[in-house]
Amino acid sequence: MSPDLVKFIFGRLTWDAIPLHEPILLVTFGMVALGGLTVLALLTRYKLWGYLWREWLTSVDHKKIGVMYIILAIVMLLRGFADALMMRAQQAMAFGEAAGYLPPHHYDQIFTAHGVIMIFFVAMPLVTGLMNLVVPMQIGARDVAFPFLNNFSFWMTVGGAVLVMASLFVGEFARTGWLAYPPLSNIAYSPGVGVDYYIWALQVAGVGTTLSGINLVVTIIKMRAPGMSLMKMPVFTWTSLCTNVLIVATFPILTATLALLTADRYLLTNFFTNDFGGNPMMYVNLIWIWGHPEVYILILPAFGVFSEVVSTFCGKRLFGYSSMVYATVVITILSYIVWLHHFFTMGSGASVNSFFGITTMIISIPTGAKIFNWLFTMYRGRIRFEVPMMWTVGFMVTFVIGGMTGVLLAVPPADFVLHNSLFLIAHFHNVIIGGVVFGMFAGIVYWFPKAFGFKLDPFWGKVSFWCWLVGFWVAFTPLYVLGLMGVTRRVSQFEDQSLQIWFVIAACGAVIILCGIVAFLVQIVVSIMNREALRDETGDPWNGRTLEWSTSSPPPAYNFAFTPVVNELDAWWDMKQRGYQRPTSGFIPIHMPANTGAGVVLAGISTLLGFALIWHIWWLSAVAFIALVASAIAHTFNFKRDYYIPAEEVVRVEDARTEALRSLT
Amino acid sequence: MASQAHALTEADKNRFYLTKEHHPENGTLLGFWIYLMSDCLIFAVLFACYAVLGRNYAAGPSGADLFDLQLVAINTGLLLLSSITYGFAMISAQAKKVKPVLIWLGITGLLGLGFLSLELYEFHHLIQEGAGPQRSAFLSSFFVLVGTHGLHVTFGIIWLVTLMVQVAQRGLGAEMKRRLMCLSMFWHFLDVIWIGVFSFVYLLGVLK
Amino acid sequence: MRPNSRPQSRSTPLKMLALAPLLLALGGCDWVVMNPSGDIAAQQRDLIILATVLMLLIIIPVIALTLFFAWKYRRSNEQAKYDPEWHHSTRLEIVIWAAPLVIITILGAVTWTSTHMLDPYRPLDRIAPGRSAENIKPLRVQVVALDWKWLFIYPELGIATVNELAAPVDRPLNFELTSSSVMNSFYLPALAGQIYAMPGMTTKLHAVINKAGVYDGFSANYSGGGFSHMRFKFRGMSEADFARWTEEVRKGGGRLDGSRYLVLEKPSEKVPPQRFAAVDADLFHKAVNRCVEPGKMCQHDMMTIDAKGGLGMAGVYNVTTLEYDKRTRRGEQGGGFRSFVAALCAPFTGSTAR
Repeated sequence: MSPDLVKFIFGRLTWDAIPLHEPILLVTFGMVALGGLTVLALLTRYKLWGYLWREWLTSVDHKKIGVMYIILAIVMLLRGFADALMMRAQQAMAFGEAAGYLPPHHYDQIFTAHGVIMIFFVAMPLVTGLMNLVVPMQIGARDVAFPFLNNFSFWMTVGGAVLVMASLFVGEFARTGWLAYPPLSNIAYSPGVGVDYYIWALQVAGVGTTLSGINLVVTIIKMRAPGMSLMKMPVFTWTSLCTNVLIVATFPILTATLALLTADRYLLTNFFTNDFGGNPMMYVNLIWIWGHPEVYILILPAFGVFSEVVSTFCGKRLFGYSSMVYATVVITILSYIVWLHHFFTMGSGASVNSFFGITTMIISIPTGAKIFNWLFTMYRGRIRFEVPMMWTVGFMVTFVIGGMTGVLLAVPPADFVLHNSLFLIAHFHNVIIGGVVFGMFAGIVYWFPKAFGFKLDPFWGKVSFWCWLVGFWVAFTPLYVLGLMGVTRRVSQFEDQSLQIWFVIAACGAVIILCGIVAFLVQIVVSIMNREALRDETGDPWNGRTLEWSTSSPPPAYNFAFTPVVNELDAWWDMKQRGYQRPTSGFIPIHMPANTGAGVVLAGISTLLGFALIWHIWWLSAVAFIALVASAIAHTFNFKRDYYIPAEEVVRVEDARTEALRSLT
Repeated sequence: MASQAHALTEADKNRFYLTKEHHPENGTLLGFWIYLMSDCLIFAVLFACYAVLGRNYAAGPSGADLFDLQLVAINTGLLLLSSITYGFAMISAQAKKVKPVLIWLGITGLLGLGFLSLELYEFHHLIQEGAGPQRSAFLSSFFVLVGTHGLHVTFGIIWLVTLMVQVAQRGLGAEMKRRLMCLSMFWHFLDVIWIGVFSFVYLLGVLK
Repeated sequence: MRPNSRPQSRSTPLKMLALAPLLLALGGCDWVVMNPSGDIAAQQRDLIILATVLMLLIIIPVIALTLFFAWKYRRSNEQAKYDPEWHHSTRLEIVIWAAPLVIITILGAVTWTSTHMLDPYRPLDRIAPGRSAENIKPLRVQVVALDWKWLFIYPELGIATVNELAAPVDRPLNFELTSSSVMNSFYLPALAGQIYAMPGMTTKLHAVINKAGVYDGFSANYSGGGFSHMRFKFRGMSEADFARWTEEVRKGGGRLDGSRYLVLEKPSEKVPPQRFAAVDADLFHKAVNRCVEPGKMCQHDMMTIDAKGGLGMAGVYNVTTLEYDKRTRRGEQGGGFRSFVAALCAPFTGSTAR
């Protein structure tokens, strides 16, 4: 074939893009391929393809989508954490003449990928997954407002993750840091495919995130059970509402900003270039106008989880519900006017810097009030130290330190010496691990029995918790120290030998965290094997307070045979107090959304479109784009989107539960 | 809205659950509103970029050198008119008259097409003259802001044709009316954005 | 991060007290941010300590109470009072909102004043506690972040160095910074906080070094492949030593003019220190305005023209390609020529674009 034809067909894609000369990548690829093939073989062997497709991949059931989000997050956590271990190992060995085992071009991809994966493909799916799983049940609804959109959003998130993973084996990932500041990320200084992988992965996933945000906002506003006024909503639902409002109000900014960078890279426009009047500072401002609310998008649902967990396991109403709600709302609003604290050191001037420094500090007031609310919920409680409660106490002790270093970084003159340093790295891992990750683990352990009908094994849960807590402090205390020694981030090789010991300690901490992750996986496997012993037939294993505990575990597809009526905050607790009797007769057919494969198809085509654009395969881009529009239109011609679960089916399911509950007593 | 839907009657207060099927309010229009607001943010970013970069001509031509106000005035007229004709389509839809709906939607689509053609002509002309999006940050932000609006109009037209087919096939049930309502909001939203573009980009650009 | 000569801490006894536990834990390590050698960095350090102590006033009780409540109200402790319906206390809620509010109010006031006092753009009014900076002529240093090394120009002395910076102690230093390509951050922890060096823009930093010694400086903001080695030594020395050092530099290295700058600007890693006996007076100005390349329009000229409404349709073709391919500067694949706006009074050096 002529070179022109090859270039037409494959764009920039050549054999050189496959990293055959990188042993680390080859081994990784081998393992991923082996693992993938094993899974595929098992699925085929046990004839599970049909089941998987019908019951999960095409499902519009919010519970299943929530579970799939969390599975995606755990898979990506393994990838992101492998990156973390590689960085820790490199920094522990590359001193003086020793260059370590990762050359800069590889190391720089790893720290970029680590940040992108952990935020977009671990933390976000964990948060979205948990909200999906829990919120509709907490408000007494049958599903979300737009079930198909929910499925589509999930698959778009998967599409983004697939593109990031593909960059490992085909081409390269960005070498820019996780926010890809221009001019470095622009075509003049990053001409390869790395930044394009970054852009399209985030754009594809971003569509999913925005739509899922709209979906959950409408769900919470429109679909609450009768009687559940806003001030009777569970705190987790409140924080979910605020988080999704933030998603809707900030992700479009990320989309637009990345689109402008795309225009610079593909159309050679001059938004963020050095010459022709471009302005890179514009990008820095815009990306942080999204980026700062993003951290509250992640932390607010974690706050919600802690609120649920602390009142359940203290056997007590949450202290100061309304101040908790107001604090959440205040944080939501304030999170918009602090973005500049991410670049005090770019010469904004003293008055601007102090304004943004002080607004940042003000956020710590409602956050502090929340901490006190949890504290006084424990006061005069009867605390059961089940695993979710351990995560919560671990969070309270860890997070306040992260909050303190955060306020310290908000003081501009202090930030001048701490910005870009490992102190900053330690700070944000302190709030993201100590806050978001601990919260999500607490949430997973707390709601796992609801989703699957059996509890998680407490022993391995405790092992996981202690490994994470100890590992976190061992890994990040040295980073605080190194920051105070003036050591900055993203460096792949150091001159000063005396720093090495701190990096070695940090690497040990990372290994302890690894044990925590392994223990978590072991916990799941052990629990599945012992599921009969851990089985919970009551549907309310923790003596819970909110509506999700009023139905069976796992809940039927329709969640509630009859829509519950809410009189009080902590509706289920109130119902139990008033002697609630489960309905056992009079069931009627239930109107439900029907499964559809459209989400998988649309997201699949979008991912292909992204891949074609990354590699400049223009014919494929055109084909994929047309196919995308055509399938979207075709989907709108599908008017059979719902069905009725017949009354007999409801009777069958509910009678089975009646039977199971009777056998308990 | 929310308070009414979630208020309890006295009878409900003493029970634990509803014995009849509970139908929450349909959320499509609210959801679509929220989508429009998020889309509005995308335009906000583009307007902000234009505000920051709109005078960085890189020693090239400015808006005063380039914009043909007469052309843009015709363009604006077409788009505003298309909003009115969409309004007539909605009135007919309320009256459940399929044929007038299709006619008005058709006119709306044609006006939209006219708008797009003029815009493409303008872009083509500018690029021919050497004032393409690569020439300066001003031109980059101009092309991307106006072009993004144009892309929205393009999708609006595709959507409009799709809805015409569906209305012709299925008549004007609740579902179709809701869909027409969504596109209506989308179409008027684009009109509002265009008014911003027209005054902020073209009028101010020529005034300078 | 360790300065070769270890300066003594200049902290007041009170501050030493606050630092004592930290220092004990150190066992002799040098925490340069906590123990700097410049007055600005020392004030920034004091602020970190003050803010930390202020916040610990609330953080320590919270942690202690958390652990205490967790222990006291554990389920096995039947003696502890159990009050499942207690969930509200107006008085307590006022306290839990007011306590952080008070701390933040104090800290906010401190922030407002210190941010203005320690603004890197503000000329120094003291070189050390109690020592006024009046009547001391500051030393100007122009800094250009190149891929991946630092260029220092001493405009008053007419000399320039690469990856080597020297300054007399107790003399105010006025840095002006820019970058040739991407964003970097100029950071000398012993001297003062960092400030970004960005292409097409100038930032400023005012600082002073109070102790003679050799200190580490580097880029704190990731800027590409050679970033990890974008380091230099900063020598604080007596006035006499500095005069001698200046003479040394003047002895060799030739003149840094535009064409040598363009060679120097090309990406290189682990660059050893270089000295230039002379330097073009307008080099920094041209570097900031991105017009060191012959025939390229300076940004300030461009802005002047733009302020008057551009060059009209005549400006459309005033675009020239660069002499070298900017997109492959970093040895990566990719192609196509980048263009720039040509200067009005310079001969065209490349082919006209389009």
